[in-house]
Amino acid sequence: MFACLHAPGNASLLLECAAYFSPLIEETSQDTVVFDVRGLRSLYGSPEKLAEEMQRRVGIDANLAIAANPDAAVHAARGIPGVTIVSPKRAATILAPLPVYLLGGSPEFARTVDLWGIRTFGELAALPVLGVASRLSEEGANMQQLARGAGRRQLRLLDTPLVFIEEADLEDSIEDLEPLLFLLAQMIEKLCRRLQFHALSTNEIRLRLRLERAPEHCLVLRPPVPILKQKILLKLLQLELREKPPQAPVERVHLEMMPVRPRTTQHGLFLPSAPEPEQLEVTLARIRGLVGAENVGAPEMLDTWRTDAYRMSVLTIRAEETPAPLRPKLALRRFRPPCPAQVWCTGEGKPARIVSSIADGRVVACAGPWRTSGDWWSGEEWDRQEWDVEIQRVSVSRVVQDCLVGRWFVEGNYD
Amino acid sequence: MPMSSALLREQIQTALGDRCDAAFDLKKSAYQALPSAAVEIPRGTLTEIAGSASSGRTSLLHCLMAEVCARQEFCALIDAGDRFDPASAAAAGVRLSQVLWVRCGGNAEHALKAVDLLVQGGGFGLVAMDLGDLPVKTVHRIPMASWFRLRHAVENTRTALLVLARQSHTQSCAALKIEMAAARPVWRGWLPGCILDGLEAAAECIREHRGQRVGFSIAR
Repeated sequence: MFACLHAPGNASLLLECAAYFSPLIEETSQDTVVFDVRGLRSLYGSPEKLAEEMQRRVGIDANLAIAANPDAAVHAARGIPGVTIVSPKRAATILAPLPVYLLGGSPEFARTVDLWGIRTFGELAALPVLGVASRLSEEGANMQQLARGAGRRQLRLLDTPLVFIEEADLEDSIEDLEPLLFLLAQMIEKLCRRLQFHALSTNEIRLRLRLERAPEHCLVLRPPVPILKQKILLKLLQLELREKPPQAPVERVHLEMMPVRPRTTQHGLFLPSAPEPEQLEVTLARIRGLVGAENVGAPEMLDTWRTDAYRMSVLTIRAEETPAPLRPKLALRRFRPPCPAQVWCTGEGKPARIVSSIADGRVVACAGPWRTSGDWWSGEEWDRQEWDVEIQRVSVSRVVQDCLVGRWFVEGNYD
Repeated sequence: MPMSSALLREQIQTALGDRCDAAFDLKKSAYQALPSAAVEIPRGTLTEIAGSASSGRTSLLHCLMAEVCARQEFCALIDAGDRFDPASAAAAGVRLSQVLWVRCGGNAEHALKAVDLLVQGGGFGLVAMDLGDLPVKTVHRIPMASWFRLRHAVENTRTALLVLARQSHTQSCAALKIEMAAARPVWRGWLPGCILDGLEAAAECIREHRGQRVGFSIAR
C-alpha cells in the first residue's frame, strides 16, 4: 500500500505529514509526495480510516490517494480531487477517466497517442497489448500497464540527513540567565519532540550563543547515556551555563542535539539497585559545580608501576559480580602531595627518627627498603626507595626517599 | 522529636517484629545489613567510624566497599581530604568502576553538600564520607542539624551512610558507632628481612547505647 499527497505549493507540509506516517518517502515532484503505508492497518484500521487520519494530519486541502502501487497512487492523487482509495481489483476502472497526459512519457509517445485520438487512461488500457507493444515499443507497453493501474516500481527514497537544530534570532538581547533558560526550554521541548518522533535520543548537546561585541560562546554537553527527558536536559544546560555563563548579552541562540539510538535496558526484579543514570548525571553536574569536574568520577588505574597513577573516568552504570572479600586488607591513606620530611638514619641506613608536619617521632620498627624506578626513557623519570615504618605512638606510615634528589617524604599512613 | 519517634519505632519493631512482621516490612527492608568481616553496617541509617591514624578504619571502609561492589551495587566515596588510594582499594577487592570518588580538597562543607545530593539521588549501596584527616575543629564545626538532615535523608532507603572521622561527631544521629582502638602493627620475620604483615585492629560497636568489642586482623 502506498499513499500519495498532492497539493500545489506545499511541499514541506506534505513531507512533514508523510514523515509522520512513514520513514519511506519519495518526493515525486514539488507538489507530490508518495510514501509507503504498509503495516499501518494495525494502527489505524482500514485504508479509509488511514486516509481520514492523513487528511486530519495534513491540515490543508490536498488530494489524497491510497493504492497498491506508487504510480496508481500518484495518478489518482493528481487526477481525482479529494480522497481516493484505489483497490487493486478496481484500479483500472477508477483510473479510466483520467487524462492520458498524466502518464507523462516521451514527446513521441504523447504525439502518437494524440494522433490516435486516445484521450484517457481507459482508452489506452483498452488497446490490444501486442499492437501497442509493436507500434509504441517498450515505453508504450509500460504506459499501458500504468494506465491499467498495474505499475511495478520501487520508491525513490528521500535521503535527507536527520538534523536536530533549533535557532532563534533575538530582537532584544538577553542579559540574564532566566529568560535565556526560558527560551532554551522551548527549544529543547521542540527538539525532544522531534527526536521522540524518530525514536531517537541524544547524547550530545551543542549550544552556540552569539554575543554582542564578544566572541561566540559555545557549550557542549556529553551525557554518558542517551537522554530524552526535557527537564533533565534543561537542568544540565542550566548547571553548565551557571558554571560558564556568557560574558555579554545574547543576540542569537543555536541549539543542536546529536541523534543516537535510545538506551534500552532490561530491568530485572531481583537485580540490585543502581543509580538512575539520567538523575545521576544531574547530581554529578551539581557536584562538579561544587568541587570541579576533575575531582568527580570513577578512579581507573593506569598501566604503570609509577605510584599513585590513576585517572578519573566517567562512572558508567554497569555492575559486575565480584567475589566478596574474606577479611579486610591493609589500606593506605595517601597524602597528596606527599608530605616532605626530615629523616635521620642509623648507620645501616634505616630510618630512626622522622620529623614532618604529619608525623614526628622515633621509628620503633621498619621494613625496607624497596627500590623502584622507571620511565628513565622519558622525561618523567622516577627512582625511589620505600620504607614501612612504625612511628612511636603516632602511626604506621610509608616513607619514601626520592633517589634523584635525595629528599624524604611521608607518602601515607597505613590505616 | 523526629529522633525520638524513630527510636520509638525501632523499639516497637524490636519488641513486636517477630509477631507481626508484615507491619514492619518497610522498616525491615531499610534495615537490611551490610555484613562485613568485622561488623554489620545497617542500611537506611547513618553509621560512624571513629579512630585515630593507623587504627584500621580505612581498611574497614575498603572492606565494606568491596562487599557492596561484590553485590553489584555502587559506592560513593566523598573524600574530604583527598586520602583515597585506588591501588590499595583495588587490592582489597573494591571494583573501582563501581565507585564514584568525589575529592573535596579539604572542604568539609562541599563534602556535606555532595553527600546530601548523592543520598537524595538514591541508588547507591553505600555512601561514605571520609573526614578522617580533616582537623577535628573543622569537623566539630559541622552543625548537628546537618547530621540530622543526612540521617533523615537516608532513612527508608537502601543506602548505608557512613562517616569516617578521627573522633565521634554525629552523636545521637548515628544508629551505629564503631570506635576503633589503636591497632597493633604485625611485623613478620627478623630484621633486616622483616616486613609489615598487617594490623591487629579492635573496634567497639556501639548500638543503642550498648557496646560490643570486636577484634579483627587486617592482612597486607
